[in-house]
Amino acid sequence: MDSLLQFIFSGMTVGAVYALVALGFTIIYNASDVVNFAQGEFVMLGGMITVFAHQAGLPLPLAAVLAIVITAGVGVALNKLAIEPARGAPVVSLIIITIGASILIQGATQLIFDKQLHRFPAFSGDDPVRVMGATILPQSLWVIAGAVLVFVGLWLFFTRTLTGKAVLATANNRVAAQLVGINTGWVMTLSFGLSAAIGALAGVLATPITLVSYDVGVALALKGFAAAMLGGMGNPKGALVGGLVLGLLEALTAGYLSSQYKDAVAFLVILGVLFVMPQGIFGKKSTERV
Amino acid sequence: MAARRKWIQLAVLALLIAVLPLFFPSGYYYRVGALIFVNALAVVGLVILIGYAGQISLGHAGFAGIGAYACALAPEHLGLHPSLALVLGAVVSGVVALLIGRPILRLKGYYLAVATLGFGILVSMVLTNERALTGGPDGMQVEDLGLRALLRDLGWRLSGGEFWYGASGIVLLIGAWLALNLYDSPTGRAMRALHGSEVAAATVGVDVAQQKLRAFVISAVYASVAGSMLALQNGYITPDVAGFMHSIEMVTMAVLGGVGSVLGATLGAAILTLLPQVLTVFAEYEQLVLGAVMILVMIFLPQGLLPSIARRIRGRGE
Repeated sequence: MDSLLQFIFSGMTVGAVYALVALGFTIIYNASDVVNFAQGEFVMLGGMITVFAHQAGLPLPLAAVLAIVITAGVGVALNKLAIEPARGAPVVSLIIITIGASILIQGATQLIFDKQLHRFPAFSGDDPVRVMGATILPQSLWVIAGAVLVFVGLWLFFTRTLTGKAVLATANNRVAAQLVGINTGWVMTLSFGLSAAIGALAGVLATPITLVSYDVGVALALKGFAAAMLGGMGNPKGALVGGLVLGLLEALTAGYLSSQYKDAVAFLVILGVLFVMPQGIFGKKSTERV
Repeated sequence: MAARRKWIQLAVLALLIAVLPLFFPSGYYYRVGALIFVNALAVVGLVILIGYAGQISLGHAGFAGIGAYACALAPEHLGLHPSLALVLGAVVSGVVALLIGRPILRLKGYYLAVATLGFGILVSMVLTNERALTGGPDGMQVEDLGLRALLRDLGWRLSGGEFWYGASGIVLLIGAWLALNLYDSPTGRAMRALHGSEVAAATVGVDVAQQKLRAFVISAVYASVAGSMLALQNGYITPDVAGFMHSIEMVTMAVLGGVGSVLGATLGAAILTLLPQVLTVFAEYEQLVLGAVMILVMIFLPQGLLPSIARRIRGRGE
């Protein structure tokens, strides 16, 4: 029983990170119909920039804010320099562009920083908290709380603000949104910046536990995508639930079946979901007009 | 007309393979050439899948991995000759593609991309984790094909580089010939029809699911044979052959050169195989350059290099 609880705690922690990556996917997908395979690099950048800014003498909170701002800038640049010029390109081209961006960002990161594994100190110490016979790191609580806060913040943004509603309108019907005077180009830029910032925040929160190096982004992107798909592509609630479910499945697999094959879970989930319910848990059924 | 174009393309390819060695300053270039041909073979397979049938796969390195490890494992455990191991690998890849293809190919766009990607990663995960069988991340030795020794007994002395240059060149030519024949065959036309519009193809009687599956299986066999050739030529194999990056490289090669054309695919394979060789001097810039190439080509030459160049030349002529 203790070990089950322990697995649930670790599953919730990684699950919260996957959920944040999946939220990033969702925001960009809704605004632009692009699946951004470079989403994992935002998480990596968040961690890496914080590490080096902190080493350069900035206090940790300031380093983290700097990392999030720079990463948001990278997200905006990705949209302006690579996605917008390729408007109307087939899906294969967009996939290759965002994968190319992911490789480019990795290459730049290892040039500017290095290839080592890094971490910085946990926000509130490394002494585990005991809960009913299991332990949880304080940093895990930060990660989970961060995911919940981002989710609530996004929900308020989309339902209570005019800008958020403009994003939703663009997601729903780009032409109609333009007709009512929404600047859809700006909505896309905003979405890339926002989703990069959320990714970077995930990196900042998770680095004390999972460590960061230039090449951690690919796996995160794939798992975030699996989570987004599990929940239903384009649905923020689905991203949150999908991330947590995937994290728990992974932790339980590692605990009870095989730690070597825990990463396979994400892909078995992808394949399983696609075959059984291609729309995901919260996805809407869509019909294609011809 | 169509038949003439096919023979022109094949002749150009054969001529290039035959003439290039005249310009090789050292034996090392034979190795690079052989590597280009092997990559090109896998990419020609993707031309059939992506260029003809319009379906993407980000997991084709998985099939290359099956082919490669068949050549490493079958001689050791089943006592098969390496050449038969290559055939076995191709059969296994074809059957696997047949089994997973039917459900996977119901998907479209991003979903298909990620499902195939998942398949590729599962294969490389098994190759990495089943240490007892595959040697894990360190990889394993591959038995020599023995064909070079046979040629030597017949009085034809070739260096390893020269032999593999010739052997891969010939296999690539065969692969290109088959792909070009397929292009003009009823099957190829059906595949290209569904690329344009699945609904339109279905209304004129094309069995869409069947044709997609056919393209998937054929391209899997190409990737598998390429993987086997790579294993035999290196004499050593690691799970990287089935890795995510290898899948991405294959697709990038196909799209870079021009995904609808066999010659274009070969050009794409040549450029992306040469790039790391040139960049070893600045190894740390390799990823940066590869990423930039992928983005720039997609934005500025969405048809790929060869078709874009061809169109520009033709456009000027008119």
